[in-house]
Amino acid sequence: MKLIDHAKVLKQMKSRKASNIFFKLLFMAATTFGLLVLGILLYRVITQGIGYLDFQFLQNLPSRKPEQAGVKTALIGTIWLMGVVAPVTLLLGVGTAIYLEEYARKNRFTRFIQVNISNLAGVPSIVFGLLGLTVFVRALALGTSILAAGFTMSLLVLPIIIVASQEAIKAVPKELREASFGMGATKWQTILNVVLPAAIPGILTGGILALSRAIGETAPLVVLGLPLFLAFLPKSVFDMFTVLPMQIYNWTGRPQEEFQGVAAAGIIVLLTMLIIMNSIAVYIRNKFQKRY
Amino acid sequence: MALQKSSNTFSIQEMIREKKNKKAKKLQIEKIVPFLLLLTAIVSVLTTIGIVFTLIAETFTFFTKVSITEFLTAQKWYPFSETNGAFGILPLISGTLKVSIIAAIVAIPIGLASAIFLSEYATDRTRRTIKPILEVLAGIPTIVYGFFALTFVTPILREVIPSLEIFNALSPGIVIGIMITPMIASLSEDAMSSVPNSMREGALALGATKFEVAIKVVLPAAISGIIASIVLAISRAIGETMIVAVAGGSTPNLNWDVTGSIQTMTAYIVQVSQGDAGYGTTIYYSIYAVGFTLFLFTLIMNLLAQFISRRFREEY
Amino acid sequence: MNATIVKPTIEAVMNHNNSKQSAKAIVYKTSGLNLWYGENHALKEINLDIHENEVTAIIGPSGCGKSTYIKTLNRMIELVPSVKTSGTIEYRGRNIFNKSYSVEELRTRVGMVFQKPNPFPKSIYENVTYGPKIHGIKDKRILDQIVEESLKGAAIWDEVKDRLNENAFGLSGGQQQRLCIARCLAVEPDVILMDEPTSALDPISTLKVEELVQELKKDFSIIIVTHNMQQAARISDKTAFFLNGEVIEFTNTDKIFSTPLDKRTEDYITGRFG
Repeated sequence: MKLIDHAKVLKQMKSRKASNIFFKLLFMAATTFGLLVLGILLYRVITQGIGYLDFQFLQNLPSRKPEQAGVKTALIGTIWLMGVVAPVTLLLGVGTAIYLEEYARKNRFTRFIQVNISNLAGVPSIVFGLLGLTVFVRALALGTSILAAGFTMSLLVLPIIIVASQEAIKAVPKELREASFGMGATKWQTILNVVLPAAIPGILTGGILALSRAIGETAPLVVLGLPLFLAFLPKSVFDMFTVLPMQIYNWTGRPQEEFQGVAAAGIIVLLTMLIIMNSIAVYIRNKFQKRY
Repeated sequence: MALQKSSNTFSIQEMIREKKNKKAKKLQIEKIVPFLLLLTAIVSVLTTIGIVFTLIAETFTFFTKVSITEFLTAQKWYPFSETNGAFGILPLISGTLKVSIIAAIVAIPIGLASAIFLSEYATDRTRRTIKPILEVLAGIPTIVYGFFALTFVTPILREVIPSLEIFNALSPGIVIGIMITPMIASLSEDAMSSVPNSMREGALALGATKFEVAIKVVLPAAISGIIASIVLAISRAIGETMIVAVAGGSTPNLNWDVTGSIQTMTAYIVQVSQGDAGYGTTIYYSIYAVGFTLFLFTLIMNLLAQFISRRFREEY
Repeated sequence: MNATIVKPTIEAVMNHNNSKQSAKAIVYKTSGLNLWYGENHALKEINLDIHENEVTAIIGPSGCGKSTYIKTLNRMIELVPSVKTSGTIEYRGRNIFNKSYSVEELRTRVGMVFQKPNPFPKSIYENVTYGPKIHGIKDKRILDQIVEESLKGAAIWDEVKDRLNENAFGLSGGQQQRLCIARCLAVEPDVILMDEPTSALDPISTLKVEELVQELKKDFSIIIVTHNMQQAARISDKTAFFLNGEVIEFTNTDKIFSTPLDKRTEDYITGRFG
């Protein structure tokens, strides 16, 4: 009795192998598509914007005339924003991560905080804008200041740095903690002197990613009512300001063709900042990888 | 004890004991620190409470001016008209859904195909090169994508479809699809990579091709993670703002036409925020009602994703 | 540091005299100790006296509770959630489970060396000064001397004296373990607990650590957990044999290895199980 017709199996084998190769190529093409889009996007932006990008562009204030427009106020505004977001998120994010990983008991309250954080990460950024508008701009009367925008952005990117810091703290080997406790160190001494130094690369990487998300966001700031056009520089965190994405948004919406070039030049500046920050993150990650 | 132990002229233990007068201070720190850390952890809870409370309170005010029935069932959204204003959310939802569905149609096949390629076919080196590039793609600010949609994708599409308006649903839909593709690819790849090799080997040893293994073994085993990634990505598409604000237009329409100008929930909030709708006007409160609707949509999607990945988690 | 003459304190003289007598002072007195991990009864009615300036070895098959016991002596076991204990362990006459007894204080007096070398990812110098620093000693001159004395005490000074500021991870496994011993010596403990300190080391490094234990015995009381019976025989004065959470036999090392009283001890040391 022969249940399997080997000749038939062999015949089918050919088509099965062919479809394997066909789909492999198809999957490969799909993956390449993503890379291709990235390439086209960068190519377009650079060819459009490079003509407007010069030293003057970084130094000029925004203007009604495309050839005189510059990003100075927006660039400085973005740096101010980073100045608020970085310390606030680092403090709140690392604090939360330490609490959850080192102190919190494994109970329902802790699980609730954890679930809450992952849900916050999924809330659309524009909703954070509504929160900021109500709480910081109006209730705390901060107006459309750097502080109001900074707090709003901090809350938006908080989940990123919390999760990254938790991962980093979790990765610190138990043996190091034991060694420290074994010397008679208290819990806080152990965290401060052993756990945090060992977790710092992961925390910094997460912090930089969070910060780059914060300086690339536009929607919440539009909702807060940040000006699209501002011709003076802020002097303190209570001043009005604008940032690069807002400025780019403003230029993109202009009907004149030239302003699209100016917008592209603004995008180059923004992407350059992001690339620098990400390179730092990658450098930190590689430098400190697998130390234990 | 201590002195005979070494040539030290002092006893470390004694010094430690002397320092113990600082012990009270040390104990206080040990008690205060967890409390301070708890406070920082509570900020994230307060944020959620703040969001929910803000949205509910302002939406409630909105409903004192506009009835819930009108909001939910009226077919028109004309907030700026003094005389015959209408506040029916359906046109905004339709705009959001149009864009999200187009995005899903673009992103699901490409994202899944990339995930299968990376997890099943690619060498380790290829994977290690491509995954970071996909992450870069995911990290590009959305305003850049918006610019790309308006100045590149729309003109090309208009060559192909002459009836396409400058502002339309198609172009931002496609670009949002491109934006969420890395998310599907990356999360699905994680799910597929965690399928144990023994399952693949079992099928391969029977003479199955890699394609058959991917489709018949790996994909079913990782299906919960894959679906969760898709749901999360669509939730991102629903909440996406700048791409539709730049390239989608500001004409709320309740229909299934993708070539004409639309307005999504997010784009409406942007439109009002940029305008000069004064504090306390009906229009001002309407952005909270729209924001609340948007929040509910994404919350349900996120909870669904969490439920799927928890409920159907495979135990290998 | 000034070259000053060592002035023994009264306490030191007493200790010194004590160590000459045959009946040495008791460091640790364990009475009726029981320990549970949740439902699992891991230590049963342990009674053990550990004497000063001796090496006490604890042997037994894996899972017998020997590691659990040694970690109970400095209450490190409390890092495991759901651990419950009953009975008492007196360290120098005080019950360590007493509420008023601070674990930090206990662990300052009782040092521990772990299975796997676990130096901090810091410089060699910082590793040794970690203990003194957290206990508030900041004087650089004193710290310098502590580092030198401790590293000498752990027989690693000559190997590392020229690279004190290099990362401790650059050391070999055996050197790392001796650094961990030095780190432990830096707070001048009274007792040193060693939890299978050589199980991750090569034979030559093992030999060095064993020689070091012999040397340290003069100044410290040492309790060492080992899965290696030859090691116990080579370095310890007394040996306790643990089985299924119970002490089966506890006596002088030469006695336990030559004429064990219990059949189970004999089976274990002759390699019939474990």
